[in-house]
Order: sequence, then structure tokens, then C-alpha cells
Amino acid sequence: MSGQTVSFVMAGSGGAGVVTAGSLLLEAAARAGWYAYMTRSSGPQIRGGEAAVMIRLGTTPISSHDDCFHMLVAVDWQNVGRFAAEIPLGANSLVIGDPGEGEAPEVFVRSGAQVLDLPMKALAKGVPGGRPNMVAFGAIAAMIGLPEDIVIGVLQDSLKRKGEDAIAASIAAFRAGVEAAVAFPAVPRLAVGNSDTSERWSITGNEATGMGALRGGVRFVAAYPITPATEVLEWLAPALPKVGGVLVQAEDELASINQIIGGSYGGVPSLTATSGPGLALMTESLGLAVAAEVPIVVVDVMRVGPSTGIATKSEQSDLNIAVYGLHGDAPHLVLAPTSVADCLFTTQWAVHLAESLQTAAIVLTDQAMGQARAVMPRSAAIAFMGQREKPEALAEGVQYKRYANTASGVSPMAVPGMAGFMYTADGLEHNETGTPSSQASDHQAQLDKRLRKLTGYNYGDHWAEITGDEDADTAIVTWGSSAGPAREALERLRAAGQAVKLVAVRLISPVQPEKFERVMKGVERVLVVEQSHSGQFHRYLRAQYDLPRQVRALHHPGPLAVSPGAIVEQIAQWS
Amino acid sequence: MDACAKQREYSAKDYKSDVKPIWCPGCGDFSVLAAITRALASMQLAPENVAVVSGIGCSSRIPAYTSVYGFHGVHGRALPVATGLKIARPDLTVLVTGGDGDGFSIGGNHFLHACRRNVDLTYIVMDNQVYGMTKGQASPTTAPDWEGSKLTPEGSGVNPFHPLVVALAAGANFIARCSSSDPNNVADIITQAIRHPGFSLVQVLSPCVTFRPEQQEWKHIVRTAVVDVTDDAARAARRLMTDDGFNVGKVLYKGSRPAYQPEPKGGVAVAELEADFAL
Repeated sequence: MSGQTVSFVMAGSGGAGVVTAGSLLLEAAARAGWYAYMTRSSGPQIRGGEAAVMIRLGTTPISSHDDCFHMLVAVDWQNVGRFAAEIPLGANSLVIGDPGEGEAPEVFVRSGAQVLDLPMKALAKGVPGGRPNMVAFGAIAAMIGLPEDIVIGVLQDSLKRKGEDAIAASIAAFRAGVEAAVAFPAVPRLAVGNSDTSERWSITGNEATGMGALRGGVRFVAAYPITPATEVLEWLAPALPKVGGVLVQAEDELASINQIIGGSYGGVPSLTATSGPGLALMTESLGLAVAAEVPIVVVDVMRVGPSTGIATKSEQSDLNIAVYGLHGDAPHLVLAPTSVADCLFTTQWAVHLAESLQTAAIVLTDQAMGQARAVMPRSAAIAFMGQREKPEALAEGVQYKRYANTASGVSPMAVPGMAGFMYTADGLEHNETGTPSSQASDHQAQLDKRLRKLTGYNYGDHWAEITGDEDADTAIVTWGSSAGPAREALERLRAAGQAVKLVAVRLISPVQPEKFERVMKGVERVLVVEQSHSGQFHRYLRAQYDLPRQVRALHHPGPLAVSPGAIVEQIAQWS
Repeated sequence: MDACAKQREYSAKDYKSDVKPIWCPGCGDFSVLAAITRALASMQLAPENVAVVSGIGCSSRIPAYTSVYGFHGVHGRALPVATGLKIARPDLTVLVTGGDGDGFSIGGNHFLHACRRNVDLTYIVMDNQVYGMTKGQASPTTAPDWEGSKLTPEGSGVNPFHPLVVALAAGANFIARCSSSDPNNVADIITQAIRHPGFSLVQVLSPCVTFRPEQQEWKHIVRTAVVDVTDDAARAARRLMTDDGFNVGKVLYKGSRPAYQPEPKGGVAVAELEADFAL
């Protein structure tokens, strides 16, 4: 990152309040003019399991975690060790625990980090109504340079409903933490009073996806609950009726996708959100949307698969099913946001493209991106031009051809209620009017048209996020949430004097060979970065694009994210 | 819509397309198609404001044979498509057509939840106790000892599903049974079903003359049910559980549950929702 950053983890057993403290800390950081990125990990328990919040704060926007954390603060150690792989620490890190809760687990001590005592429970006990998580909050705030008056303001605002006593207790516990941290070694302190006073949002990727859907015009959503996509739906449920839309909880994913196909056939832009197991159930009907040319958007917040996998953790391994899962030749759109913020843009764009091209669009986000919370610049509203094309009045005696074989491949789509344009939408192969047909010529013509409308469309510059040095001979090609660490690796490499460019592909399908060739001009080596065991993205690129002769792939399965350092190392060692 | 269109008088043939059905000569579904068009004509519904939704099977071909808006989707999913359409477009009259396999086997879960959800749909199931399109296999309503299928040469050995009892238990708001041998009665029942708010199930005994030729006898076996329409679910349950499946021509249950139809308030601009995130 171009600015300063500091990274830390707060962990503890259920009820210890680390998630609450993390959220308050983020709010205060935003008021201090900082940006933030927070992810969460929790145990498998339905309620009350151990939890950890991983936070990175910075003076410029942040889109990934650092290679390791500056400190780990544990309110207690119960089962916190199970998060060890997700909490990389180094010799310069600090591990801060409550001596009353036992020793820090060996797995953290082994990192060489300095272990410090902070008697959070005892200090909290000294304050009537005080809680250990607020003591931890105070210690962290003091160490990173978060001004006390800002924190007090946040506590006053957010605890208003709990009353004056609760506010006073929290402030006192917080101060106890501040005082206790005086003797602790230094971690990076961020400068306060950022001159950047632009509007800020605190938003999760899943909320951003919901907002993108509404900005895109979605007014009907049907969905079945599934981790980690449920928050998209929970945000949309109260929001949709406010803007005149409806959300229905369906009986299963088969119903979800078919309900939105029905809603969209009725003329209302429609979307569902799910995760891998739900996407698998939906694939037959995705083909229906393609064949019947009904615009729909399916958001897949990917999690570790196959099967139930690890439901609460992230992986980029649904690329294959999203691209290749449909039976028959069924060209459709597959898009992937490149950050928490981009969930909004890409979802909105997906709605626009699905509506304009009358097809199915799959948006691949993931757990890491969907459940991460970012303090980021406000996402400006964009209006895309052009939506679903409706037919004009027909001349007397002319029959409406729903699936007219037009030059663009897009056929004007009537909506029930329009007199004179009645037709039957069909998943059976059909002729131009929509009448079922088993003729080879009709099949060929409709396949051609359904492909042509996608390949002939001008997707503009949005197909990929391209940054770095234009003339670089080395490129990092990645997608989805791996773009976060790749972005940071790019900055580090360039700061060290190496010319590199980064291509984070947003439009996975249809492929954009000419645009890719243009961006790869002069590139001699490509590092492909992704979070899948089999290297799905790497294989996809190899199958679909002309790549330079030197290609390496950095990929591993979830739930661990690719670290910026690992990417830098790959490039640095490549000579 | 211009004024002339409103005054126009529709006849049954105005709801029929010129696509020739793929059905076998003598198939009961011809009568059901005719009954649907008569019902729509009796209600004088503008064809552009009606949609017929279906899944897969012989009877699911009906949408293309009508001149209203149609949707012919995948096997078993007609009810969710219709549910989404009606919720998104409450101004439309939405009919769902299909067979016993599409509705009660592959689409069984949606059938339960459509009854339960009670969206204002009219579901017309042409029940012939066989999968016709795949050339004659046992369906959920087939008798366990039917040996006519190569797939289950000794009979399925599985008790048949009782759609009307299940519909009642699941919360359907209107339940009727009729026979394709009396298309006027089918048209009348469908009209009542469309008029009744909520989810209406119309089971039509519709013989498959090709794979169940013995069903041609149905027209002699069926009898007009000697019952009054009831809104008492317990009474209807006894009635449905004790009949032999050939009491036809009547509405067997008519509930008074209000239809499920969300009515979003609206009036808020999307930009106002940014307040959820703004710091």
C-alpha cells in the first residue's frame, strides 16, 4: 500500500465481544480519516464459538491483508489456536494475552513473536460494568495512535441505546487499556487528520453486492439461505420493498432460480444469490435462461468445496462450474468483482449486461470478499445506458418473432401485458417465433444468435482492471479476491524498482482475446495467481488465450488467502 | 391498450394458437386445452394479460398451443416460474399446466410449497398415471401393481400419491377434480378456480390412450361427486381420503385464506439507501 498500514487481530471465545470491539474500532478508524479492511473467522459452533477479527488500517484504501500481523490480542485463548494458520505472525509481532487466562498457545509463540501480558479481565473488574474487550480496544487504540476523543465519540454514539452507565463503563475500561499499553513496544502508528475528507462508507462485500443489484435495477429476488451468501439477501430483504421490489424466500435453489426466471419473464429485473452447492442445483435452469433468453443474475459467494466443504471459508474453486457447468452449448456471462468495493460495480454491471443481452449472468464473489468489511471511499453511482430491448409496434398482419435472428443476436423481448406480442418462451429449441423445432437449421441459427449477441457486444474497458507499468515484460494475471494481494504485491515490486503490470480479469466469460492480446503486448512472462487446488483459472487462461511462453502459476486451495509476499517472492525469484 | 381492444368480444378460438399439438389422437389433453380456452373466453380476459406456464411432459406442451403469453420451462419447475411471475406481475392471470410426473414427482417439493404459499395461481394437472413423453413409465399416481412398463415390469410396488389430500394438508385454497370426458365441466371448474383467490388445484383425469389404453374406460367409470363445496378442511379431508378417485365434476374444497401477494411500499430512491453505509 502506498500509505502506512497497521495490522492486528482480536480474538476470544464466544461472548468475549471481539467482533463488537472490532466494529467499534473500524468506526473510530474511519472518523480518524483512515481506511480499513476487516475479515472475520469463527468456529463451527452455531452460537457462541470462538471468534477472531483480522483488521488492517491504513491511510489509503486497502484491499487485502498484509503478510503478517503486527499484533494478536486475545481476550482469552479458548480454541483461538485453531485460527493460527489464518493469523501469520513474525519475529516483530506482539502476542498480547491475559495472564489470568493461561499461557499463549505454542503455535503463536513459535513464530518468535514477543509475548506480553495485559490483565484485561482484572482491569475490567476494576471498573463497574467494565468488559475485557473494551480494555483490549483501549490498548490497541493507544498503540496505533487512534485518538481518545474520537473513540469516546464512537462509544457515545453506538452505545446510546444502552444508557449513560454503559457508556461510562466502556469509556473507563477503554482508558484502563490505554494506560496499560503505555509500557508496550511500538507498532506502526498511523497519522491522524488525513487531508482526504472524501465521503466514506463502511460496507461488506455482500452488502455492496446487494446495493449493486438495486443500482442495476433489480426489483425481484428469490433465494434460499446459504452460508456465506445469506447477508446479501438479509441486506436486500428490507431494502427491496423500500424501492418497490420484492424478496421471496424460496423452498430451495431450484425454486429460487425458476422464480427469478418467472419474474424476469414478467419484465422485472431479477436476481438470486447463493454459494457453490446452490449454484450446482441451479445449473439446469441457468441453461433454461440461456435458451429461452430470459435475463437473470446469479451471485455465487464462493466457499470451500466440493460438497459441503468448509461452508464458512473462502475458495476460488467454482470457476469451472460457472463457466462449464451448463449442459449443451450455452453461452452466458461470468463476471467476478476484484474487491469489496467492486462487488457493487460488478453486480450492477452484471444486471446491465444480462438485461441488455437477455441471458444469464453469474457473478463470482467469495466468502473472503463477501464477509469482509471495508472502510472505503463512497462508491459513486454510475448509470449504464441501454437496458432490455422491447419490440416496437408491428405492421398489420405481421407476426411477432420473439427469437428473431437479428444482426446483433439480440431480439426485442415482449413483456406480458403487451397486446399483439404474445409468444411462448421455451427451453425447447425453437424457431424465430418461439415454436418448438427439431430442425438442424433452427438449432444452428439459434445457437449462432445466442453466441453472437455475447461475442459481438462491446464490453469496453470494464473487462479487466489493469494497473502497473504499461511496458512491463512481467505481468500478474489474477481474478476475484486474489486481486487484493496481487495489487499490494504490484506496489511493493514497483517500489523496489521492478516494472510489472497487473491484469485482474473481471469479465471471465465471454473471453476477450483481442483486448488480452493488446494488454499482453511486450509481456514475456506471466504469473497466474488464484486460490484453487487445481489451478482452474490458470487452465482456463491456457485454454482460451494466447499466453507468453513463460507462464508460472501460484495457486493453492482455500481457506488461506494468497499473501502479497508470496507473489512478490515468485516474481523476485524469477530471473 | 386502445378502446376498441377493450370492447372486443373474445371467443374460445381467440385463445388458441395455430401450432398443431404433438398429442396422440384421442388424448384427453385436447379436451383440457379446449376447456382452458373456453374458460378464458367465458371470463373475457384479454389474451395479453394471461400467461400459461408449464414444465415438461405431454400436457406441459399446452402453452405453445394457446395464443396467450406462455412459458415452457424445465421439468418439474413450472410452479416456481409461475410463482415468480405472479409475484412480480400481480396484474396478470397466471395458469400452470402439467402432468402427474412433472407436478408430483420431480416437482413434488414445489407442489407442497405452492399450496403452502398460496400465491394466486390456477394449477391444472392432467393426471393420466403415466409418463407419456418418455413412452410409458409409472408415475407417482400409478397403481403399485401396474405392469405395463419395462422399467418396472413387476409393478412399481409403491403406493400412489394422493395429490388432493396432500394439497389440502399443504394448504391449497381450492381443490377440484374433473374429467376430460366432460370439457364443459372442466371449463366451468377452471373458471371458478381462476376466480378464487390463492392457490387452486384442478386435477383433471385425462386418459393416455397410448400407454394406458384401459383408461378409455374412465369416461364410463367417473361419476359426478355428490358433495357440496365445503370450507371445512376436516370434512374435506374425510371426503378426499375415502373416495376412490373417480368422483369428479365438483369443487371439493374452497378455503378462505388470503392469497400471498407482497405489496411493496416503494417511494424510496436507491440513493437514499446509501445511508446504511455512510459514515
